[in-house]
Formats: sequence, C-alpha cells, structure tokens
Amino acid sequence: MSAAVGEALAVRGLRKSFGTVEAVAGADFDVPAGTICALLGPSGCGKTTTLRLIAGLERADAGTIALGERELNGPGTFVPPERRRIGMVFQDYALFPHMDVAGNVGYGLGRNPDPDRVRKTLALVGLEAEAHRPVHELSGGQQQRVALARALAPTPDLILLDEPFSNLDASMRERLREEVRAILADSGVTALFVTHDQEEALSIADRVAVMRDGRIEQVGTPEEIYSRPATRWMAEFIGEIEVLPGEARGGRAHCVLGTLPADSGVEGPVDVLVRPESVAIGLHGPQGSPTATVVSRKFYGHDQLVELELSTGERLRSRRLGFPQWHPGDRVQVWIEGPADVLARDAG
Amino acid sequence: MVGALLGRQRPPTALLVAGVIVGLGAVLPAAYLFVVVGGDLGAALDEALTTDTALVVLRSLGLTAAVCLTAIAIALPLAWLTSRTDLPGRRIWATLAALPLVIPSYVGAYLIVAALGPSGMLQDALGVERLPSIYGFPGAWLALSLFTFPLVLLPVRATLQRLDPQLEEAARSMGRTPAETFRTVILPQLGPALAAGSLLVALYVMSDFGAVSIMRFESFTTEIYVQYRSSFDRTGAASLAAVLVLLMLVLLWLNGRVRRRQALYRSTPGTARPARPYALGPWRWPALAFCAAVVLVALVLPVGVLIYWASKGISAGAMSSELAGALAFNSLMTGAFAALAGGIAALIVAVLAARYSSPLSRWVERAGHAGYALPGVVVALGLVYFATRAAPGIYQTVGLLVFALTVHYLPLAIGPIATALGQVSPRVEEAARNLGRSQLTVFRTITAPLVRGGVFAGAALVFLHAIKELPATLILAPTGFETLATEIWEQTTFGFYEASAIPALVLVAIAAPPLYLLSERGTVTA
Repeated sequence: MSAAVGEALAVRGLRKSFGTVEAVAGADFDVPAGTICALLGPSGCGKTTTLRLIAGLERADAGTIALGERELNGPGTFVPPERRRIGMVFQDYALFPHMDVAGNVGYGLGRNPDPDRVRKTLALVGLEAEAHRPVHELSGGQQQRVALARALAPTPDLILLDEPFSNLDASMRERLREEVRAILADSGVTALFVTHDQEEALSIADRVAVMRDGRIEQVGTPEEIYSRPATRWMAEFIGEIEVLPGEARGGRAHCVLGTLPADSGVEGPVDVLVRPESVAIGLHGPQGSPTATVVSRKFYGHDQLVELELSTGERLRSRRLGFPQWHPGDRVQVWIEGPADVLARDAG
Repeated sequence: MVGALLGRQRPPTALLVAGVIVGLGAVLPAAYLFVVVGGDLGAALDEALTTDTALVVLRSLGLTAAVCLTAIAIALPLAWLTSRTDLPGRRIWATLAALPLVIPSYVGAYLIVAALGPSGMLQDALGVERLPSIYGFPGAWLALSLFTFPLVLLPVRATLQRLDPQLEEAARSMGRTPAETFRTVILPQLGPALAAGSLLVALYVMSDFGAVSIMRFESFTTEIYVQYRSSFDRTGAASLAAVLVLLMLVLLWLNGRVRRRQALYRSTPGTARPARPYALGPWRWPALAFCAAVVLVALVLPVGVLIYWASKGISAGAMSSELAGALAFNSLMTGAFAALAGGIAALIVAVLAARYSSPLSRWVERAGHAGYALPGVVVALGLVYFATRAAPGIYQTVGLLVFALTVHYLPLAIGPIATALGQVSPRVEEAARNLGRSQLTVFRTITAPLVRGGVFAGAALVFLHAIKELPATLILAPTGFETLATEIWEQTTFGFYEASAIPALVLVAIAAPPLYLLSERGTVTA
C-alpha cells in the first residue's frame, strides 16, 4: 500500500451559504501531494463545511476544487461523492453497525472484496485479530482505527478526517495521534484533517491552514504559524500572547522591553507580539532592561506563570520553568529572549 | 422557485415522485369530501346548519366529555396506586389494566350487549322478562369508558414514575400533609399527561363507529353512516363528515399544543433516586378492591362473556368452520395488502422527511398523517365519492378497500420507521457514498438493513389495525365480501350473540397479543 501516493488538493475561492449565513466565504488553500495538512479554527468557522464540500457531500455555491489533474468542483462540474476517490473519517466514525470489522473495511472494495486486501488493511491499523467482531464491541480507539482502515482500504487519492480525536479521552488521544500520523505517512496518502485543537494541529501536521469566518487566515508550517503569526488575531488564536505598544523607525521597533528588528516596510505605531515564554525575568538582566514587580504566580509543576507589573504600570506575563521560585513582591528585571513579532498597528 | 421547494439536499427524482403520489393519495379522501361539499356549498350549508346537526354535535361532545371524565376517574387513582404506593402486585395490576385497550370497541360493545342486553346473560340468569335498556347513551358511555381508560392510564403512570421525588420531600418538609402534597405538587405536574391522555380518548370517541352503532347511539359517525345508506343525495353525509373533520382537527391542534407544553414539565435528568413508595397501611384493602373491580369489569368479564357465547355458539353450530375460515381469510388478506402498501408508503414518506428536508417533503409528511384526522367512516365516504364520480372502475373492489385502510393507518407505520431512521446517522450513509457506492446501493446495503425492524413494526401495526377495522370495511367492501369485523357487527345488530362470538374470538386471538406487545413500544390508537 505504501506504493500509492496521494494527489495534491487545490481549493480556490470556495463559497457556501446556508440561508443567510455564509459558512465558507472564499477559501483558498493547497495541500501538497503526500502531506498531512490540518485545517484549524474556532468552532463555527466553516472548517467542517469545507471538508464536506471537498468530499462532495455538499454542493459549493462557487469556487473550484481540484485533486491532481481532476477537477471535482467548478462551474458546471460536480463529481458525486462516490466518484471522487476521497476517503473520509467522520467525527463519530459512522461505522456500519450491522457489519463486523472486516465488513466495514471491505465495503469500499466492491461487491466481493478481496479478503487478502482487507486483512492487509487491518494489519496496517493493528486490528487483524478483531476482523470478525461486531463494531459496537470495540473500544473508542479501536473504532477510530476501523474508520481509518475503512477509508484507506480503497487507496483513495485524498483522505479527510473530521475532528478525528475529539471523541477519545486525553491519554488515548495522545497515543492515537502518533499512531494515525505514522499510518498516514506510511500509506503515502494526502491527508487533510479538521480540528479546533491547536496542539493537535501543530504536533501532527506538516502544514496548518488556519480558518476564520469562512476564510483562510494563514497557511504555513506549524513553526511558522506559531512563531510568525501574520495577524494579531492569529497571534491571539494560537497560544498565549502579550501585546506591547511600540514605534517603528528605519527597521527597528522600540517598545517598553527594548528594541527589536522590524520588517523594513513597517513604520509608525506597531504592536509587538511576544509569547510569555519569550519574556525572560531575572534579578540581573541585560543592560537597560526595565524593572518590574511580581504581582502573582501560578505554579504548574513543570513550569510557572509569573504576572508582572512594570514601573510604568503595564502588566505582562512570563512563563518560566518551575524553578527558581518567584514570589509576589519580588523585584526583577524583564527582557525578551526568543522570537517576537512586530506588526503595524492596524493589521488584523 | 423549484429549488426552494426541494431544499438543500435534492432527493432522487423517483423518490420525490413516489412521495408526492403517497401524499396526494393520503389527502384524496378528505380533499374529495371537501370538493363535494364545496361543489354545492349552499345545499351543504343548509344540510350542516340544522338543529339536527346541532343535536348530533351536542350528543357527540356530551358522550366525549362523559367518557373522558370517567376514564380519568378510573385511570388517575389506578396510576397513582400502581406507581407510588406499596400496593401488593402493583406491576401486575398496571399490566392487566392496560390490556382492555386491545379489544376493538365494537367487540367490547357486543360483549356488553351480550351480557346485559335483551336476552343476554344477565337476563337469562335472573330469569326476568325485561331489564332496564342498555342501549343509547349508557351503553355507549360504558363501552367506550371501559376500553379507552388505558389511554389516560399509560401517560399518567409514566409521568408519575418520572416525577422528581425531591419535590414531594420538599413539600413534606415544609409541613404539608400527604394529601395536600398530592393536590399542590403532584397533581399540577400531572396536568399535561392528563390532558394528553384525555385528548386521545376524545379522538377515539369522536371517530368511533363500532361501539356507538351497536349501542344505537346517534353520534356523528352513525349519523353519517345512516345518511349515506338511506339517501341517494349524499350531500347530507358529506356536510356532516366535513363538520366532524373540523372537530377532529381542533382536537389534534389541542393535542399538539399539550404535547409541546409537556416538554417543559419534564423533571431534571440524571440520577434521581426512586421515590419511596407511600405506605397504604389498612387502606390497601379498599385499594386492592378498586384495582380488582376495574380489571374484573374491563377485562375478566368481557373475556368470560366472549368464551361463554363462543362455546355456546360452537356447540350449537352457529357458524361453520368454513365460513369462519373464509371470514378470517378476507380479514387477513385485506390486512396484509394494507400492511404491504402502508409499509412501502410510510418508508417513502419517512425517508423524504428524515433525509431530504424541504417544503415539499414537509408537505408529504403532513399529508401522510391525514389519516389521524379522518375517522374510518370519513375516509370511506370520501373514497366512495371519488370512485363513483371519477373512477367508477374501482368502486366495489377490494383494491379500493385496501387503499382506504392504507390511508387510514399510514400514520401508524410512519412513526416506527421515522424512529428507526432517526437512529441511523446520516454520516453512516455519507461514509458509504464516500466509499464509492451510488445512492441506490447505499440505500440497499446500509439504510434498508438498519431500518428493517422499524418497517416491520410499522407494517405490523397497519396489519393489526386493518384486520379489525369496521366502518370503512362496511362501506367499501364489495357486495358479499364479509370480514370478521363486519360479521361480528352484523350478527350483533341482529341479536345473534352466538354467531358473533366465534369471529370475535378469532379476531381477539389473532390481533390482541401482538397488538399489546407492539403498543408497549409505540402509541395505540383506534
């Protein structure tokens, strides 16, 4: 099966309205062949609708969807779901309750599925031994893997996963993420999965497309998405962020924590975006670092979140390892240590 | 425009066409009735707006009110005793008390007449010349009350079992006596269930033909039947039928309102402790006597009377086994055809409504439920008009009878199929589409196997009700085509109790046990 390689997906100007609500409002993105891409966004942003449009379960109002050389959706074109060669793993798995595991996996292989092929697909997800069990007897994790095997069995060009891990408990989710990632990578299929869980998106996807109000806000590698958010909304959506007002002149941005490099095009009032883990504190910081007072501290074991008040009255948070301990009232110096982003004030 | 009618998920054309045909078929009897009335509105209004009509309305409403009150008077104490007290054998009492519901009203009425009527069992036993007459209001009231009170018992008992016992405990802790607590805390919460149950009784009584005709009580349905039989000008029957349909619609509208309000009264979900049963103490003896009396009068005596007359009839050779067999065959055959047609039609309606929501499919669904608002007598009358005027070829055929039974009981079949479809996630069907199967294949390999149980249950309900249907069969059966139901009715009308008993026993034996089992899961209607 690993010989099969998926096709590249290209989505352009995709639109879909339900009544007066525009669920998908002109979405553009690509998923390169053989990669795993996450479609990440808050609930109600249109990501599941996008997935259903790609699968052909809904008809788009406008826009094109192409898989490799084939146009699936476009002006005058609508390929029905059964002829798209796209596999889908549903949020609640949607296993056929009247069939056993092998029956589910073989369903997409035609009227008389090759038992050998079914067995190999089950082996891929480690469920050979369960082939003849009724699906309702399986655990949530096993059902999830049956759903994945069923979608992979007909060697689709693209596989879609809708919130694939949301029905599992936390420890199971962690383990299965790795497994599913490995299975998808092995099979070489192109995969697009929808999630609202940023940790999930950042940890298993090769690329992440962030969706907001029916549009794609930013596409990039997980590292780019996290460390170089394109807009202030992006920065606030992913992880925690501190926003410091500043002023940019000639490629340098000045803010209360010092001076940073800025893109050459940026001039005038700016927002300096810095994640709490890039806010360093210590009794003795670099020359010229401002001083602050520790206001409160939350201890999480591995790390601690320290809230600071600068002498100018501004507040910001710093995430540090668990030790040394800081206490309310401690006087410290504050500086930036790590990535920070400078955006013109009006952006997003 | 067409797109707006068809909605977001466009259904396959064949399914849509089939759905529209089913919907049109279901509203055909009512539509034709109103066409007849509207065709000569002046005459129809003259017929409808008479003191005779007013008297019929008053008599029917009076009977309905009396039966509702009696049903509540029997059902409310029974529901409380069997759900919230330490009454010995309370589960068994509840089960036995629900059983009379599966006795058809005309069989119940026949048994009362055969026991208390002229030359009935009581007169025989007492050896007297005359008894006070059972016919008219007293007989109709007794028969309908005895066999419909379970319609109130079931919802009230279910509500009592669901009530949060903490509310009662709170009331008691605030110094209220048990009687005050019942009146101020429990009874108000039972309001919706009581109203819903009584409305079912009212719908049953208003559309009943069998009991009132055997008891010679002039109600809506009997008046329609008499007018239809006795005159060639059928405007009179049609105008009365139209008024009856309007009254039924009012009752159904009230029923819908009550059901919506019922949702608000539902107690909090979760792990409510079961209520501590109320200790009856010495009161358990009168309580037991009450339960025993209800079960005796509504169940044991009727069954006893039936067996008494049937054994008399068999030993006297009142009916040949060939004739009994032929009657049973006719009943079973019409029932089977109606079940087949009803099962298929209901599946079409349910799939359209559940999977392809649109204004058009909502219309089909509503039309499919037209049978609820149409008493059997009205369905039959509407089809007589249609057949004699528009399609004389089908008049006096078994096919037209089967059509009437299908339309009348279609709503019974839609319920279980819709429930079964509701339990199949549309995602499961979409998953199958994604795996490369066409819509039709997905229906055959996924949807159909998953809803099979619901389709069988729905078709079985149509079958069991169709084999005991009386008025539509009386009106529409071809001349000489008798069924168990029509034979029971005719023999009873002539006072031949022995001859009625054999088909009645056959009918109860065939229909009652499965009907009881099925009604555990769904609703029971006339």
